[in-house]
Amino acid sequence: MIDYFSSLLNIPIYALNAGLSAIILGIVSGVLGSFIVLRKMSLMGDALSHAVLPGVALSYILGINILVGASLFGLLAAILIQFITSRSNIKSDTSIGIILSSFFALGIVLITFAKSGLDLTHILFGNILAVPQSELMQSFIIMLVVIAIISLLYKELLISSFDPVVSKAFGLKTGFYHYLLMMLLSVVTVSSLSQVGIVLVIAMLVIPAATSYLWTNKLIHMIILASTIGAVSGIIGVIISFRFNLPTSATIVLVGVSLFAISFIISPKNNFLRKGVKQG
Amino acid sequence: MIEIRNLNVDYFGNSALENVNIDIPFGYTIGIIGPNGAGKSTFIKSLLEVIKKRSGTVMVEGRDISEYKRKIAYVPQKNDIDLTFPITVKDTVLTGTYPNLKIFQRPGKKERQSVEECMTMVDISDLANKQISNLSGGQLQRVFIARALAQKADVFFLDEPFVGIDLVSEKIIVKLLKQLREEGKTILIVHHDLHEVEEYFDKVIILNKKLIAFGDVKDTFTADNILNAYGASLGNLVIKGMGGAEND
Repeated sequence: MIDYFSSLLNIPIYALNAGLSAIILGIVSGVLGSFIVLRKMSLMGDALSHAVLPGVALSYILGINILVGASLFGLLAAILIQFITSRSNIKSDTSIGIILSSFFALGIVLITFAKSGLDLTHILFGNILAVPQSELMQSFIIMLVVIAIISLLYKELLISSFDPVVSKAFGLKTGFYHYLLMMLLSVVTVSSLSQVGIVLVIAMLVIPAATSYLWTNKLIHMIILASTIGAVSGIIGVIISFRFNLPTSATIVLVGVSLFAISFIISPKNNFLRKGVKQG
Repeated sequence: MIEIRNLNVDYFGNSALENVNIDIPFGYTIGIIGPNGAGKSTFIKSLLEVIKKRSGTVMVEGRDISEYKRKIAYVPQKNDIDLTFPITVKDTVLTGTYPNLKIFQRPGKKERQSVEECMTMVDISDLANKQISNLSGGQLQRVFIARALAQKADVFFLDEPFVGIDLVSEKIIVKLLKQLREEGKTILIVHHDLHEVEEYFDKVIILNKKLIAFGDVKDTFTADNILNAYGASLGNLVIKGMGGAEND
């Protein structure tokens, strides 16, 4: 099908693949990113995206599906961060810093064992121009699964994000929803490895969601707008990077952050122009 | 009846509540009073398993409270809630129907209808589409009361509902609580102002790390018990109360 569109639109296949994967990644990270932003877990998201690295390396060495290894290490990181915070007086940002860097370091060491086939630079920064058809399909399926899970559990995810105290009081298992999001985050990180790489995944999750947050007063609107912004900055980023021969993932991020900057200044909700400085 | 046996709760490594034993009967409005740091909020949070107990059991009608929690509406202190969350007044009230919906089940027509009624009861229908950070303290408290109503609960736990709100809101809430009481609901209210105790409550729980006293207001709300709970801080507190609206 992609071959057909490629000839129809007279665009090389790799370019079409790059565009499509940027759109898919933009949509899925907008959906998930909205929850990450609202739950004040941006730093946690950054930690998890780095923490999947040893999982990626091990999967490669052992010859198992990369998604399995990466989700396992993502969840393990989330559990360890929680463990350190709850069993000591160390604050969560510090425990996140410890786990992020140590898992990342472990990943780098493991990759040197597997160095014949894995390219560290590729994993860290992505290479959207070399996204194989199979990975594109995988990203698409992951996007559908993430959207399905979040729609089915929308009310539980909304209340546990908005009011965790009352959620617990009426008996909702808030811990389950925390780890569910952490797992989805690990899976999405892996599916976006080829496109943007580990280092910039967090930008895709946080920037469109934060931009959308400045415009919306309803969660569902925030999610839809964040996905749209993610997809639009993805496609614009791909086009600009092709035209001016720039690194694609970095260009996508810079397009996204430009939209954020504009929104920050002109959004009526943020009210930056009239207020200048936020009060209260 | 809510039966509390040997309740012990730690707060950041220090003991916050020690060996509390109470049988709270249904059908009354009950005040929970005590000095700052007495463990009043901790008490209701530990009953609802929002914070962990060190030990003890809480039974409702002879069964563990976890089986009953959907029937308990909880209105926490305002600063426990993220007011910048992208949610409107109407949708906030709608979350009150969630405890009675099954997993995957979405609120339907019946729930939305009930939300409209609950908003009317506390006079916030005109604010339905506002984002919650744009409200005054009193309006916000009415939103959370409406949410509690939408839960169709039998028991209400309210933590300092009258702090930082205007007189109109206070009147609306007090009237509503009286109405709920007449319908046979049970209402527990954490309260720090000693002046309205006789007016608002049937019974009173006096706490200061331990249970000081529990019973009908006229027998229990006595100078001896209050002195026992507040100790040296009493003089200071009475002066504060007489100073008018004191928010802490």
